[in-house]
Amino acid sequence: MANDQDKIIDEVTGSEYKYGFVTDIETETIPKGLSEDVVRIISEKKGEPEWMLEFRLNAFRHWQTMEMPQWAHLNIPDIDFQEVIYYAAPKQKPKLESLDEVDPELLDTFNRLGIPLEEQKLLTGVAVDAVMDSISVKTTFREALAEQGIVFCSMSEAIREHPDLVKKYLASVVPASDNFFAALNSAVFSDGSFCYIPKGVKCPMELSTYFRINAANTGQFERTLIVADEDSTVSYLEGCTAPQRDENQLHAAVVEIVAMKNADVKYSTVQNWYPGDKNGKGGIYNFVTKRGICKGDNSKISWTQVETGSAVTWKYPSCILMGDNSYGEFYSVAVTNNHQQADTGTKMIHIGKNTRSRIVSKGISAGVSNNSYRGLVKVVKNAENARNFSQCDSLLLGDKCGAHTFPYIEVDNPSAIVEHEATTSKIGEDQIFYCNQRGISTEDAVALIINGYAKEVLNKLPMEFAVEAQKLLAISLEGSVG
Amino acid sequence: MLSIKNLHASINGKEILKGIYLEIKPGEIHAIMGPNGSGKSTLSAVLAGRELFEVTQGEITFNQKDLFELSPEERSREGLFLSFQYPVEIPGVSMVNFMKTALNEHRKHKGLDPLSASDFLKLMRERKELVEIDSALTNRAVNEGFSGGEKKKNEIFQMAMLEPKLAILDETDSGLDIDALRIVANGVNKLKSPDKSTIVITHYQRLLDYIVPDFVHILYNGRIVKTGGKELALQLEDKGYDWIKNGEDE
Repeated sequence: MANDQDKIIDEVTGSEYKYGFVTDIETETIPKGLSEDVVRIISEKKGEPEWMLEFRLNAFRHWQTMEMPQWAHLNIPDIDFQEVIYYAAPKQKPKLESLDEVDPELLDTFNRLGIPLEEQKLLTGVAVDAVMDSISVKTTFREALAEQGIVFCSMSEAIREHPDLVKKYLASVVPASDNFFAALNSAVFSDGSFCYIPKGVKCPMELSTYFRINAANTGQFERTLIVADEDSTVSYLEGCTAPQRDENQLHAAVVEIVAMKNADVKYSTVQNWYPGDKNGKGGIYNFVTKRGICKGDNSKISWTQVETGSAVTWKYPSCILMGDNSYGEFYSVAVTNNHQQADTGTKMIHIGKNTRSRIVSKGISAGVSNNSYRGLVKVVKNAENARNFSQCDSLLLGDKCGAHTFPYIEVDNPSAIVEHEATTSKIGEDQIFYCNQRGISTEDAVALIINGYAKEVLNKLPMEFAVEAQKLLAISLEGSVG
Repeated sequence: MLSIKNLHASINGKEILKGIYLEIKPGEIHAIMGPNGSGKSTLSAVLAGRELFEVTQGEITFNQKDLFELSPEERSREGLFLSFQYPVEIPGVSMVNFMKTALNEHRKHKGLDPLSASDFLKLMRERKELVEIDSALTNRAVNEGFSGGEKKKNEIFQMAMLEPKLAILDETDSGLDIDALRIVANGVNKLKSPDKSTIVITHYQRLLDYIVPDFVHILYNGRIVKTGGKELALQLEDKGYDWIKNGEDE
């Protein structure tokens, strides 16, 4: 029986990473290693003002006093931060007036990834900011958005063109000294997306950023900042892939969201960084700090993530529920296969009155992987009538993988109601056989079961992403049923 | 339709089936009865292609095809249906989605296009009425939280959807109250046709009051030790299995 299961597992988890190609493009890089000089070079290359350089240097100095966190349920070899290249940019003309000036290789790369940058080819109204290695390649639909006062551009441009907004909100949610990786990111971040939705504006299209690591031995450190002013609404998508390489590569991003009174921000991620090969060689180390603050009353921040990639994932998209009646959501599907490790979850910090939060986490482990949910629900003393509901489910495929749940609950107000539910289940050989007996192949049966299991989260994704994510789940687990 | 010759099968090296012979023609209903551990469920599992069991000897042809050459899903698409003794729960997967996937695989196998959503729902409604299954059941996840009786009804409903050439009902009557038994049996009878065959595996004669078999076989110790008409089941009910066991032992 064990042998049968192994066989089925092998059949379903066998497939290869399909975004593993490398784009042959001339890249400008700086020497590897990190020092104040490197921080200065990055800032200079980006033509940044003095205040930005100061911000970076302060972060760098702080980072030097810090140590890599060890509390996560992850087994990571020591990372030599001096072996990483902190800036790599595809060489291209400095100013992009039209798409004709974008290197055809780059356009081709994003086309192969299914991200067309030609606006006329975009079928649905999705505005895209494409980031390759350290810089933003192209942002689409900017003019159309600008008509409504929406700013959607690369972070570098925002620093140059909207310094007041950036100064006001950058690091206001995730301070440079917040944690080891946030400090590192603050020192060396190269690009990312900036988005500002003015008062009363409902953003008419999905905004998205597509991140691609291309150059070898390079770290990607993007920084995203979304500010939704009073009564505004925005839905934001993020996707990521990287080439297949034998060495591990470092990715340490920071995402900050600010939601003012009555604002509604939805942030969706489909993370598909290269996970390493079947034997655990290569893959991205993904250390991400994502946090949003519901600053104004009645504001809402919703995180949805589908995590299928990366060798190591360390990520806890969180909500600070400061405004009264504010609402935070976290919906997550995290898949680990082969030797992947994920330690992911959320933090819901209830500060305002009548704040509510909902956590739905679905872990799927296969191969010899380890998948952990780690979540904090905190209700401070003055947070009257806080409500939280958490559901953490784990699904195991085979008997060599691990699923772990680490819920932390800190409640300092007696009016709070905090609920936590957890389940662990297995795709059984008997479930697969039942499907087989009705004419459904093993591979389709696994896809059916996985998608059924993750349905509640997938339903939260914008339409175009949901279909993609369903396929991704099936592909990520190809070769792995038990 | 189905021809089994000298079938031997074992699990973990222990032989369970020790030379089964069985011929089933289109339109026939065969009942297989026998005490616990006689090999009834092993026979149905081997027919459906469960890999747990190793076939050590013998041959089975189904519709002129070598059954052992077909994977479990191919056997299903060829028209072999097993109503499980213990139907499996698949949380999160809706009955509609499950049945649609299964039915469209069967259609693909026959070279037909997938059914449109509305045609599918229409078919589902028809078949639900035919087997008198509660409408709400098909709005739920596959067997999740179903009572024992609901699970068995759901098996018959799936059978009605897939219209198999050969249906194997593995102890479909176990755990059913008399009303549920009647509904399940009615469903089976309504689906009966001259080109479809049924194997009813059961402990008790009770079910055979509703589904009347053409032949009754008594399985004991891995072999069919007695074959007769429907009256054999009644005899068995009277005398109990000891009658067979003693006969075998002598």
